[in-house]
Amino acid sequence: MAAEKTITITDSTGVHARPATVLVNKAGNFSSDVTVEYNGKSVNLKSIMGVMSLGIPKDAEIKIVAEGADEDEAIEAIYATVKETGLGE
Amino acid sequence: MAILTGIAASNGVAIAKAYTLETPDLSYETKKVDDVDTEVNRLHDALTVSKKELEKIKENARLSLGDEHAEIFSAHLLVLSDPELITPMEDKIKNDNVNAEKALDDVANMFIDMFKGMDNEYMRERAADIQDVTKRVMAHLLKVTFPDPALIDEEVVIIAEDLTPSDTAQLNKQFVKGFTTNIGGRTSHSAIMARSLEIPAVVGTKTVTEDVSEGDIVIVDGIDGKVIINPTEEELATYKEKQADFEKQKEIWAQLKDEPTISKDGEHVELVANIGTPDDVVGVLNNGGEGVGLYRTEFLYMGNSDFPTEDEQFDAYSSVLKQMGDKPVVVRTLDIGGDKELSYLDLPKEMNPFLGFRAIRLCLERDDIFRTQLRALLRASVHGNLKIMFPMIATLDEFRSAKALLLEEKDNLKAEGVDVSDDIEVGIMVEIPATAVIARQFAKEVDFFSIGTNDLIQYTLAADRMNERVSYLYQPYHPAILNLVNNVIEAAHAEGKWAGMCGEMAGDSIAIPILLGLGLDEFSMSATSILPARTQIKDLSKEELRSYKDELLSMSTADEVEAFIREKTNQ
Repeated sequence: MAAEKTITITDSTGVHARPATVLVNKAGNFSSDVTVEYNGKSVNLKSIMGVMSLGIPKDAEIKIVAEGADEDEAIEAIYATVKETGLGE
Repeated sequence: MAILTGIAASNGVAIAKAYTLETPDLSYETKKVDDVDTEVNRLHDALTVSKKELEKIKENARLSLGDEHAEIFSAHLLVLSDPELITPMEDKIKNDNVNAEKALDDVANMFIDMFKGMDNEYMRERAADIQDVTKRVMAHLLKVTFPDPALIDEEVVIIAEDLTPSDTAQLNKQFVKGFTTNIGGRTSHSAIMARSLEIPAVVGTKTVTEDVSEGDIVIVDGIDGKVIINPTEEELATYKEKQADFEKQKEIWAQLKDEPTISKDGEHVELVANIGTPDDVVGVLNNGGEGVGLYRTEFLYMGNSDFPTEDEQFDAYSSVLKQMGDKPVVVRTLDIGGDKELSYLDLPKEMNPFLGFRAIRLCLERDDIFRTQLRALLRASVHGNLKIMFPMIATLDEFRSAKALLLEEKDNLKAEGVDVSDDIEVGIMVEIPATAVIARQFAKEVDFFSIGTNDLIQYTLAADRMNERVSYLYQPYHPAILNLVNNVIEAAHAEGKWAGMCGEMAGDSIAIPILLGLGLDEFSMSATSILPARTQIKDLSKEELRSYKDELLSMSTADEVEAFIREKTNQ
């Protein structure tokens, strides 16, 4: 059983270095495996290079999936960060 | 002992140990390893040390430049802990029995190639980030020193081929006493930074990196443009004295800090400063600046991974305006393109960047970028005395279009209920000869002129100021320049407007008497030039200089002009 959340990117420049850094740092706080899916590809959300390699633009729909002991907290915290930073909703 | 001659780029005398800033040889041999666990540990040790260094660089950048500039190092740090990067390296060591250097190089190159192959300029630039970070790790594996200006913790003089904006951004004035480079001129980026940091610098020595060895004692004489390597006791004493004299001179200048700039015959002119970031305002106020004559906003865009948002820009502009109180602040709108590239803006390479798609030309086509800046400026306008200046204006149509966009955004903001000042002067930078020639027509529509001499000189004499072989043509006192400058000033005054100058020429001790005589109203220069200029103007009679005007304008050569002024002003 995994926790997941679909997010629409509203930041005008998409997921570039700055927001990617924030997301990767946040994911790193949890023991669960966390991935992000976009455009049919899934990468480790704890990997800055993985996240950046997706080249996520504005208006993209991405899915965050967490699996592990703290999966619900992870999804909740990551979603909160996305909203706080104005990255998406 | 050896003496090199270069270009005096920033006043003062520095005496300290040499610190050479260059990338060391990072070539390695591929080796077979049997003890793979030890090799994996070696990789982790190099990663750990590199992370510690980056933490320190990030902290230094945060303290000296603010959170924004420090962010790029957060991304670098994450690369070093990236499981998708580290795990393949470990696997490579374990499965292929190769040394850590080989594993690092192969895996990093795989990612670098992947990013380079992406169809987005911004992502391709990220390849350079990975390269930077892995170079540091490689240096630790090879046990060679990786020089880093931010890690310096003793008094040094920096020796380098050239200093990039990010190098200079990391210089800590507490330890870096001065610098000297092989290339560059008075108007190159490194020289401008040296003056805003107020550290002595000599650029364009051609050979200093070859002539100086690590640990040599080096004197940088930024007053006369000399570099002395391993001085004798005698020379050391002479230069310590020169250093003390300069400090004394600075104290004399400082007495005029809170005085207005008044000529011998009682005429007031405005001495203001050129700045690049909100942090520079401290230097302006410490040096008695009567305002900011040129705020170069492109630093907000450069050294950044993305376009600055409207809010980020608003914060920077209002910070400058608030710090300056009711003193005027002339903000130049974005001047990029040509030789100033942005990693995240994909522009084709041009044959003649200085004659190409840059500044207002780019802003009018990419009005999305331009409007964001205009909105940020308009919102900030209520926090001080803002004046807006458009760069590289060649035709009246360009000025009209730019101003129309400004007024449109002003109306939009007002409709949104946002406060905007109604007293914002809107002017242009005069750096294209065509504009100087028909200044009279422009003067009817603009609120002010600011003459950008660095570009005006290179366009008028058709000589690239970065090309050393034609640098003899960079002649500020050329009669053609004086006539253009005079034309702009007369045009402004005929319409009751003011004319300023924001190139290096405005702070030059030969040019100042000429410009005073031509009636220039505002002189914008490096902050450190203000007090020497105020001291000089105190002893000049504007009326006397005005009487030389016709004679100066009809002279035939720059040498004639210079000799005449030297004689009349005892220089």
